[in-house]
Amino acid sequence: MTLELKDVSLRFGADTHIYPTSLTLDPGSFNILLGTTLAGKTTLMKLMAGLEKPTRGEVWFSGRNVTGVSVRSRNVSMVYQQFINYPNLTVYENIASPLRVARIAEAEIRKKVESLAELLKLSPMLERRPGELSGGQQQRTALARALAKDSDLVLLDEPLANLDFKLREELRDELPRLFADRDCIVVYATTEPTEALLFGGNTACLHEGRIAQFGPTGEIYRAPKDLVSAQVFSDPPINTVTVTKRGGEFRLADMAAWAAIGEFANIADGDYTLGVRPHHVSPLARGENPVGIDGKVLVAELSGSESIIHFTMHGATWVSQSHGIHPFEVGSQAKLYADMSRAMLFDKNGTRVAA
Amino acid sequence: MNNKTINHAAWIFVLPVVALVAFNAIIPLMTVVNYSVQETFGDNTFFWAGVIWFEEVLHSSRFHDALLRQLAFTFTILAIEVPLGVAIALAMPRKGAWVSVCLVTMALPLLIPWNVVGAMWNIFALPDIGLLGRGLNALGFDYNFTRQPGDAWFTLILMDVWHWTSLVVLLAYAGLVSIPDAYYQAAKIDGAGSFAIFRFIQLPKLKRVLTIAVLLRFMDSFMIYTEPFVLTGGGPGNSTTLLSIDLVKIALGQFDLGPAAAMSLIYFLIILLLSWVFYTLMMRSEAQ
Repeated sequence: MTLELKDVSLRFGADTHIYPTSLTLDPGSFNILLGTTLAGKTTLMKLMAGLEKPTRGEVWFSGRNVTGVSVRSRNVSMVYQQFINYPNLTVYENIASPLRVARIAEAEIRKKVESLAELLKLSPMLERRPGELSGGQQQRTALARALAKDSDLVLLDEPLANLDFKLREELRDELPRLFADRDCIVVYATTEPTEALLFGGNTACLHEGRIAQFGPTGEIYRAPKDLVSAQVFSDPPINTVTVTKRGGEFRLADMAAWAAIGEFANIADGDYTLGVRPHHVSPLARGENPVGIDGKVLVAELSGSESIIHFTMHGATWVSQSHGIHPFEVGSQAKLYADMSRAMLFDKNGTRVAA
Repeated sequence: MNNKTINHAAWIFVLPVVALVAFNAIIPLMTVVNYSVQETFGDNTFFWAGVIWFEEVLHSSRFHDALLRQLAFTFTILAIEVPLGVAIALAMPRKGAWVSVCLVTMALPLLIPWNVVGAMWNIFALPDIGLLGRGLNALGFDYNFTRQPGDAWFTLILMDVWHWTSLVVLLAYAGLVSIPDAYYQAAKIDGAGSFAIFRFIQLPKLKRVLTIAVLLRFMDSFMIYTEPFVLTGGGPGNSTTLLSIDLVKIALGQFDLGPAAAMSLIYFLIILLLSWVFYTLMMRSEAQ
């Protein structure tokens, strides 16, 4: 029950939507497609489902070539960002619909629908129509419909994006539980790095129709292979600036200099792109190798117990995200500290060096 | 405890609308009401007549016949135009260069002045020189819409279908295009066939626009005048004399202002009543 994409690409005329992509997803795995809007998440899902036929390459499922096999004859289910249900059928009939297509006995349908409704807290709403439900309940109905089918491949295309914050958190907690004892392949598309980190599993960082990196979520977050992965997997965006290494020392123009220690001690001299995640930049000197940087404050947001400060520094806009309340005046000069022991270095091609 | 301040100056802003509505609706309607309860003689002398004109109209078989013809006409064209319109809308392309070609072609009949439509079809259907008339006769049909009531009805309905199905098509098409792609994909993933997609996705999603389409077509067809007047003039005999044609004959042909006014009001009330019934029924089925 492994899903394999072998050099799959998709083009419409001169537009390339997906560049040749290879990906292997294991049964029972929870996989996240992480990328901004238009990165190709939905398109990639359509290719996996068979809703779209790849221009080149092959899709294999359970050791069988299913390229070009219609989605109708594959065992796939999908949940969308919009709440897609049959508008004039009751919740019960909606959940039962894939079972009816499969011509399953009425008694068994009833049992299955009721247990799914129980699981997704829809039992009191079974006789209502989707239009009479809240957004969260509509999306639960869509999820129940997807689960009713016992598919081998479940595609969730930003299913929580249209829900309000509280419902999103609630459903986010429930989702992994729903799939815990199933051995289907789950693919979950999202634009939010935090969501990927919460779910764990595997993550594929998608950028402009290419998978920059695929692997266990935590690993990719900690050790991105290149700048693109690091950028996709960072919210607020990762801070970057060009630095120069000479001898045992890094220089950021004439603003700052720090010793190349630890993992950076042995890399060659030259220009690099430095990447520092926003929560490693703080108004206080923290961490193992804090380096002070002078900048001009653009935006200072205090949200609860967090301070988010946008500032310009050497022509680049950086963001600092730190615990505690640190009031700054907009337009003032400020000194912020980047913990260089947690920084990442990328060469001219964007590949991460050292580690 | 009412502390609301009432701003009397606001009335001044409402006044223009009141004046406008008075001129284009209330005053003409009241004039008709005025005629309907009086006997009118030359040089504008009036005598109170009470409800005798209403009684006369309601009991006249001429009115009954015209009303029946009107109902038959309206329900026939609705029964043809709505399903046909939806079918054409379903068959139209959703994207690509052909979309605008199809839309413009569809909109063309709607852009032609109504009397021109009547005249066009009149000539088109003439059995001696018209393409349709001659064609049908050449195929062996004994077709003459100026002499045979059945042929006149056939031509009348064909003309209306040609003229107005486009409206249903455009409305239904707009409704179809507004259905997100995801619905179709979801149905495909469920394994639904094209009939199931139509039955469970497209039709429910089209309900609102179809309600509007049916209402518009109902009202327009119930009031239709110009096209049948130019095409058949209500003939042969009285066979295509619809309500509006009969009304004009009474009011402007015979100058029976009282009965004509009474008939206008009854006519108006029938349209109002049927529209309300239509709307309520369709809204109720949607609520369920």
